[in-house]
Amino acid sequence: MSNRLRHFRQTLTAAALAAALAAPLALTVPGVAVAQERGGTMNIIVQPEPPILVLGLNQQGPTQTVAGKIYQGLLTFSFDLKPQPELAESWEVSPDGKVYTFKLVKNAKWHDGKPFTAHDVVFSTSKLLMETHPRARATFSKCEKIEALDDYTVQFTLKEPFGPFLQAFEVSSAPMMPKHIYEGTDFKANPANATPIGTGPFKFKEWNKGSYIHLVRNDEYWKTGKPYLDDIYFRVIPDAASRAVAVEQGTVQQTQFNDIETFDVPRLKGLPNVEMTTKGYEFFAPLSWIEINTRNKPLDDKRFRQAMMHAIDRKFIRDKIWFGLGRPATGPVNSVTRFHESNVRKYDFDPKKAEALLEEAGFKKGSDGTRAKVRLLVMPYGETWTRLGEYVKQAMKRVGVDVTLETTDAAGWVNRVSNWDYDLTFNFVYQYGDPALGVSRTYVSENIRKGVMFSNTMGYANPEVDKLFAQAAQTNKDEERQQLYSAAQKILVEDVPVAWLLEMEFPTFVDKRFKNAVTTAIGVNESYDSVYMVKK
Amino acid sequence: MPRIALFISQRLVKAVFVILAIAVFNFFLVHAAPGDPAAVMAGEAGAADAKFVEQLRQQFGLDRPLYEQLGTYMSKVVQADLGYSYRQQRPVFDLLMDRLPVTLSLTLTAFVLALLGGVALGTLAAMRAGTWSDTAITVVGLTAYATPIFWIGLMLILLFSVNLGWLPAFGTESIGAGYTGWDAFLDRAKHLVLPVTTLGLFYMAVYTRLTRASILEVRDMDFVKTARAKGLPEWRIVSVHILRNAILPVITVAGFQAGHLIGGSILIETVFALPGIGRLAFEAVLQRDYQVLLGIFLLTSVVVVVFNLLTDLIYSLVDPRIEVAP
Repeated sequence: MSNRLRHFRQTLTAAALAAALAAPLALTVPGVAVAQERGGTMNIIVQPEPPILVLGLNQQGPTQTVAGKIYQGLLTFSFDLKPQPELAESWEVSPDGKVYTFKLVKNAKWHDGKPFTAHDVVFSTSKLLMETHPRARATFSKCEKIEALDDYTVQFTLKEPFGPFLQAFEVSSAPMMPKHIYEGTDFKANPANATPIGTGPFKFKEWNKGSYIHLVRNDEYWKTGKPYLDDIYFRVIPDAASRAVAVEQGTVQQTQFNDIETFDVPRLKGLPNVEMTTKGYEFFAPLSWIEINTRNKPLDDKRFRQAMMHAIDRKFIRDKIWFGLGRPATGPVNSVTRFHESNVRKYDFDPKKAEALLEEAGFKKGSDGTRAKVRLLVMPYGETWTRLGEYVKQAMKRVGVDVTLETTDAAGWVNRVSNWDYDLTFNFVYQYGDPALGVSRTYVSENIRKGVMFSNTMGYANPEVDKLFAQAAQTNKDEERQQLYSAAQKILVEDVPVAWLLEMEFPTFVDKRFKNAVTTAIGVNESYDSVYMVKK
Repeated sequence: MPRIALFISQRLVKAVFVILAIAVFNFFLVHAAPGDPAAVMAGEAGAADAKFVEQLRQQFGLDRPLYEQLGTYMSKVVQADLGYSYRQQRPVFDLLMDRLPVTLSLTLTAFVLALLGGVALGTLAAMRAGTWSDTAITVVGLTAYATPIFWIGLMLILLFSVNLGWLPAFGTESIGAGYTGWDAFLDRAKHLVLPVTTLGLFYMAVYTRLTRASILEVRDMDFVKTARAKGLPEWRIVSVHILRNAILPVITVAGFQAGHLIGGSILIETVFALPGIGRLAFEAVLQRDYQVLLGIFLLTSVVVVVFNLLTDLIYSLVDPRIEVAP
């Protein structure tokens, strides 16, 4: 759900982009005159192994990182979430915010040599992705028509303005897929899925399942002189300790997202051969939270949920469980996502306040010192979440709430949470740069849908919030949207439909010889056409 | 028909029924786990709508009643068709064949080395029971047996790979090195040293202890005294008289273990990043990739049944007093 609405009247030209890119590049290698030479092989961890690499058909995190080098979107986004040209060299938005016209680059080719044209864009957005991609389906169903004005011009006409529409053109949100390969076929069963064909700087070469994926330079790439690297190996290393060893030994030159367990991060940060950054995740910018099933007692009581916010020390979680990664969250919108509001009710860590709220709500201490009992279904996504579960149990015990920890695996977790069979659990979802894409889906009552994961599984319903989110999505005036989202955030923070924990940060470790790995808000999912290796 | 052929044919007929029964049982077992592949993929995608999950269920055939799915599965099994993994977009048979070489080179090598080493060490320890060499072997064996296998693996990596830099820490080959012929073989062999040692140590501990205990029982029996009284050389007494009688429990365990070799070792394959069947199975469990899981179960059960049969045959070869009886 990554569109964000800006009102763009001006068009960006490719020349302006080139200038914009050249400047930070010069800054990253001060003092040393380094030409961006060709050559070099990069080994990057990919974990878990993607099931397939066709980005239009599968959008798991690891798929995005690998397939982002093979496929491309019309746009990419700078760290502050401004759209930048990719396959679209310029674009225009009509004053009423309903018509978007994209001019495409004219020299892009698919890896099989066929030209990339406006017809591929129309096919991808109106046919293929509508069938296979839940986020794209949500966005492009808002279109009245999608048409190719000529071979290199595409026009989208919306039924009504949609604020974050441009965000929909980021590579994982709307990867461009080749019409000549997929048209008229059963997309998911197409034999070509084994050998993905995109427009990107790297071509699929070989996939040794369970071991590595090999991509090689696309010599016919449409950006002249790029890419610089000869090839990229994505290496599957399933054990977290072995992954850390691989970084220490220099066997791999990059890790991202959750590849490195949080407790290994401080150690690896000190290594001489790698650099760590937490930039490049602005487009995803997830928040973590304790998801609260507001249907169940005692969680249906707002005061109980507010007490949870006071009982849990988010700073402790950040420092001791996430080893300094992330920022304590103050509300539903990540501060790097657009339209964040910081002026909301504050929940400082204060067990006394928590106890007072519980008293007020009538949760008296029993003879054993317990006020209430709840179950916490620990999210099965690695050690760190297990530690968090243990901490929450302790913290809640201190205010007289007995928490029973439950464990399951990923399938069981999705099954139980999406069918509302839980009291508390953990969760985090990507925000895709705009509340209309990645935030409202969690809180609007329209999205209470049994059996669907990452919907409003808490069962939280507030007509006022529904209205604010709906209005804010349907305009492309930033000031107006800010007001509406600020109002929504204030209500949500008061209601505590989930107990927000951290604005999550992920560590990206990159070998110091490789430059330009993280240059945009989609970071490691970028095409890597400007990544180069400094040879000693 | 000779007795042995009758025995084998009857056992094979039984085996077919056993395997079919196992297949049915497996089917219900994997479907008993909460959640399904569609739920897993929705969880992994980080976004979903009702249509997404519904499409997946339809594609995987999960929208059909369970008995119908069982019928489809069994009709494929009897045609020796292991099915298709929609998640991986490949036939299960191909997936298994991709992984088999890695798994077998790991488990078979470890197994053979462990069996030879274990029997040798166990014999040595038993024949010198009570001496320092017996104590040393017993202590090492016990330690190897009791230490978690992944921990040994990690420690070996730390020592030989990180600190000394002698051996590669994981993988099956130097990726992108482009070795051919003899170099490629050496490279692969080097990658196998640590995982094979780790897994082999564990197996070896089992055989050492078993052989030692068994020999201790046999070595004071009357026929051994007779052999000694006849003035036979010691090596002959040990190898022909004692070991041949003491080896039966080792064969039992080895036969049992050999049947499981094909299943690989989840822990070793995970720690050393080897793309083997153990990891495939483990990932299939987490992903609820039913077809792959059922395929592995079926393959494993066939191999176990075959090895049980082989074990029975070997018994009668080693100890002619045991007769094969249908």
